Amino acid sequence: MRTVGKSIAHDSAELHVAGTATYIDDILEPDGTVHVVPGFAKDGAVGKITALDLSLVLGSRGVLAVLTADDIPGINDCSPIAGDDPIFAKGEIQFHGQVIFAVVAETREAAMRARLMAKIEIQKSTPVVNVQDSQTNLLPPYAFTKGDYKKASINNISGEFSIGGQEHFYLEGQVAFAIPQEKNGMLVHSSTQHPQEIQHKIAAMLAIPDAMVVCECRRMGGGFGGKESQATQWAALAALAAHKLNRPAKCRLDRDDDFMMTGKRHDFQVVYEAGFDKTARLTAVDVNFRARLGYSADLSGAICDRTMFHVDNAYYYPAFNIATQRMKTNTVSNTAFRGFGGPQGIVFAEAMMQSIAIQTGMDALDVRKRNFYGPRRDVTPYGQKLRDNILDEIVAQLEKSSSYRKRRKEVDAYNKSSRFFKKGLALTPVKFGISFTATHLNQAGALVHVYSDGSVHLNHGGTEMGQGLYVKIAQVVAEVFGIALDRVAITATNTSKVPNTSATAASSGTDMNGMAARNAALVIKDRMAELIAKVWKVNKSTITFAGDKIKSGRHVIKFSELAKLAKESRVSLSCAGHYATPEIYWDRASGSGMPFFYFAYGASCSEVLVDTMTGEMKVTRVDILHDVGHSLNPIIDIGQIEGAFVQGMGWLTTEELVYDDDGKLRTHAPSTYKIPCASDVPEDFRVAIFKSKGNVADTIYRSKAVGEPPLMLPISVWCAVMDAVASVKPGTVPKLDTPATPEAILRAVNSL
Amino acid sequence: MQSLSFLRGGKIVRLEKFEPDQMLLGYLRLTEKSKGTKEGCNEGDCGACTVVLGDLHEGRVRYQAVNACILLLGQIHGKELITVDDLARDGKLHAVQQAMVDTHGSQCGFCTPGFVMSLFSLAHENRKVDRAAVVDQIAGNLCRCTGYRPIIEAGLRACGSVDDYWSQHSAEIAAQLKAIAAEDLFVGDDTSFFAAPATAENLATLCAKYPTATIVSGATDVALWINKQMRAQRQIIYTGRAKDFSIIEDHSEHISIGAGATHAVLHDTLTKLHPDLGELLRRFGSRQVRASGTIGGNIANGSPIGDMPPALIALGATLHLRHGDTARSMKLEDFFIAYGKQNRVAGELVWRIDVPKPRPNQIFKCTKISKRFDDDISAVMGAFLFTLAGDKITAARIAYGGMAATPKRALKTEAALIGKTLAEAESIVLVDYTPLSDMRASAEYRNTVANALLQKALI
Repeated sequence: MRTVGKSIAHDSAELHVAGTATYIDDILEPDGTVHVVPGFAKDGAVGKITALDLSLVLGSRGVLAVLTADDIPGINDCSPIAGDDPIFAKGEIQFHGQVIFAVVAETREAAMRARLMAKIEIQKSTPVVNVQDSQTNLLPPYAFTKGDYKKASINNISGEFSIGGQEHFYLEGQVAFAIPQEKNGMLVHSSTQHPQEIQHKIAAMLAIPDAMVVCECRRMGGGFGGKESQATQWAALAALAAHKLNRPAKCRLDRDDDFMMTGKRHDFQVVYEAGFDKTARLTAVDVNFRARLGYSADLSGAICDRTMFHVDNAYYYPAFNIATQRMKTNTVSNTAFRGFGGPQGIVFAEAMMQSIAIQTGMDALDVRKRNFYGPRRDVTPYGQKLRDNILDEIVAQLEKSSSYRKRRKEVDAYNKSSRFFKKGLALTPVKFGISFTATHLNQAGALVHVYSDGSVHLNHGGTEMGQGLYVKIAQVVAEVFGIALDRVAITATNTSKVPNTSATAASSGTDMNGMAARNAALVIKDRMAELIAKVWKVNKSTITFAGDKIKSGRHVIKFSELAKLAKESRVSLSCAGHYATPEIYWDRASGSGMPFFYFAYGASCSEVLVDTMTGEMKVTRVDILHDVGHSLNPIIDIGQIEGAFVQGMGWLTTEELVYDDDGKLRTHAPSTYKIPCASDVPEDFRVAIFKSKGNVADTIYRSKAVGEPPLMLPISVWCAVMDAVASVKPGTVPKLDTPATPEAILRAVNSL
Repeated sequence: MQSLSFLRGGKIVRLEKFEPDQMLLGYLRLTEKSKGTKEGCNEGDCGACTVVLGDLHEGRVRYQAVNACILLLGQIHGKELITVDDLARDGKLHAVQQAMVDTHGSQCGFCTPGFVMSLFSLAHENRKVDRAAVVDQIAGNLCRCTGYRPIIEAGLRACGSVDDYWSQHSAEIAAQLKAIAAEDLFVGDDTSFFAAPATAENLATLCAKYPTATIVSGATDVALWINKQMRAQRQIIYTGRAKDFSIIEDHSEHISIGAGATHAVLHDTLTKLHPDLGELLRRFGSRQVRASGTIGGNIANGSPIGDMPPALIALGATLHLRHGDTARSMKLEDFFIAYGKQNRVAGELVWRIDVPKPRPNQIFKCTKISKRFDDDISAVMGAFLFTLAGDKITAARIAYGGMAATPKRALKTEAALIGKTLAEAESIVLVDYTPLSDMRASAEYRNTVANALLQKALI
């Protein structure tokens, strides 16, 4: 009976469908609960606060308090690293919607109403809204350079395009619920990917030790990176109100506030030049990215680094200059989003491949294959040697299963005979590095108890945002003990159970927490084995745990009976496990090292139909082959692959963020910001998991991370659009930006 | 004393006092403390708050999915309210819930109750469904995790023929709904009330009596004033209970539509009038919005886009208004005066709309362009009616949404088309509009695509 490797439903599936899965806003409020709503200046994005009159807010019906920076006993900061994100802006604001005050009222509605009464005057300066207009590097530029990247080649390609940002649109908006404890302590329920950071920042805000704050998160209604660093501010507001009023306090953002006040995926301007030989093999790549950071650093340094780590995608660059500029704008601070900068790097690589194909008239898949990493061409721009390259294999399999060559001919024939409607086809690979690039973050903890009835309590530092982390870790623990999955009780992530954790991010949740939980379970298992070996007078190594039973030769004992025996024998059945990813290191100064423990691979083939009169586009077929090593739970992994594909497709097609000249975000809600809906998903959607020989790296049961890598599969959709548009005038590279909205597509058609 | 009455969990709930602008979602989550129904956006665009309302329609109980966040509590008077909390019975999941589990249709789970309720209402249509029907049913439910494939599969598995508590108890439910008084509803006093007259005549009288009241038909837009702009509405007159306010009549030359007809009810009639209209309506909002929103509300609201008005203007529709017992009529295009300004006085009702049927010598086309195909507001909406003698255009009616501050005819372009053959007309360029740039599209794109739609109409 193996538990690992089986398709097992999400542990909360039955609760989800019944509406009984408890999210933070569903926790029944204790009597006396108050509600906190952030306040901002209606007009103005950047400038000095010259007048702040909140007396009418305070006088409004139901209002109990108004909070500003002056009410913070400790540090007024909710930033993850740089100390540059004030919980409340003081003296000046730096983007439209920045929080200046908070209203605390008996009801949320009263607080929402009251905040409109604020009188705020801003000495307005003209905001720098777009990255093109920014002259300020918020963080220092950084580049990887090797060889003579300017050396003349037989052929050259150059281009300039923009890559749009993306709103997370987690269905559950930002929310936190704080309950004051004795001696100024605080319990905070937060919808966060990073409970430890919430704990730490709230302790700093309240000027109390970390140990006095507990943060708990049972589940999020989606995170996608948006609740990695930017759940903190709302938890801080709730905690501050709870602290000031000594009453439970909840802060839940309205969807419009959530759009306005929280960061997004970074948008980029890309300019590149590349040389290639007559076989379309690259000789040199020179690319510069300008990223919109917003007003503060947040996690942007690591995000832009990850863009650079993925500029190569699947391709070997003999000489290169890979440069990033990290630009300040007077807009909300951009943040982590599934892929964490990597997708923008890969979009560039694939745009370049597609452009070379269009310019040379070669098949785009042939151009890609020609440039794949391979023997003696296996060192990345950051000096890491590929030891697990399966690009050739995975792409060859998909090429065959998707009938790429045959359909290529059909698409070309269709385009010759159709005047206004054009088809496009593209097959693109993904190679994505797994590990936090900040090496110290690659650690995790878990806590496992076995009770005397044989049931198991499992806790670890990873958070559940829908990705199925909890069920996967429970599978691991059940596997170690050889017990049924339903004997393992999954419990909410809580900083008082497992301390000093990293965010559930970088696709690392299962890899690291799975190992930590396994380590803990192995220790307990060993103690149990040792005990029973003594009782049975057998060698410990002969003892097996399987099917809820422990056996050695003729000896058999039920797991629950051994647990009871262990308790009675005064053997500890509790253990805290820890895991630190081995081997990896990264020297940023020299731009070299082994930042990634391994790579995840995938490939997808997409076909689209474009109306060149209106720019409307439909995805008609998608084939995916994706590598997850030895899957811990195939159906959960399929869910991640499909979901990431559609989310990435939205980023590249319909999801457009529009700021006006005053720095106001005009796409502020689902009415104006369009994530994919059911009809955007092609009916012909063929998703398969690559038959892997197992991860080369020693990961949990040789599985691979799956959270982020498939987000980049839909780059094939965008390339297929480019293919379709280019058929209007073969040989000319269309200027296509992302997202490929109908307007962007029509602009690309007209650029020819 | 009158009370708001509705059927909930087999019992009639009566509320003698409630805020006129109380939203159904707030009632569920804060008053009932039923936490299954979620708030995702509070503006009717994500579907996380989807609940199902049952009402008597043609003698039977009809179940429709609606967005609880943009529905006033008062609107459920006389209806059955079903939420996700009600579906599992005796410890057993409902068929649609079980299908969602079996297909792995939930990940984070936050949107899931909304999907369950959308599929529940589809299941109660009790008809064979194909993929297109499921996709259309859930176009107003956003999921950010799954990519929809398993949810569509769940819909295909669970919808078809329904056998559940509601199908087994349909006669009892119908009887209970019938027993809820059919007279006018007025809860509150002169300054603060929720009123829902039972006849169109009483509705007209009440609107004239309270010219400061907000007339609500579907509330799909008024709800945003309340939820997003925090504009309290103290006096509300709801049109939805006046059955004779939504009558659709099929005449030989035209159809006559009562202003209270919902988009859902209109679908079949308009599809028969022209398939383009059917498709336009299918892409109008979502199933939830179409079940609440009405044609009269869409017109009265005066959106610059509106989607329906340009099509109706092109068809030559006549609008009938009613103020107390005074009636007047006008061409639909004359109703829209300027941005946010319509030819309607306080207390006056959009009453009825007459839509001529296209004749055999006429070509009608209408198309919308939006960033997302389903459940999106148009960047440009174009509608065209060409009258032909042989291959020559003898009359043209062209109207666009999204090209001006109101839905507007292209009078100069229409004139330029007259006398031209369809082939000659292809070179005509629109000259009537100077559109704006906004988050939906740039002025340049609007101009280009508006011309493309005209060309397509002429092909």
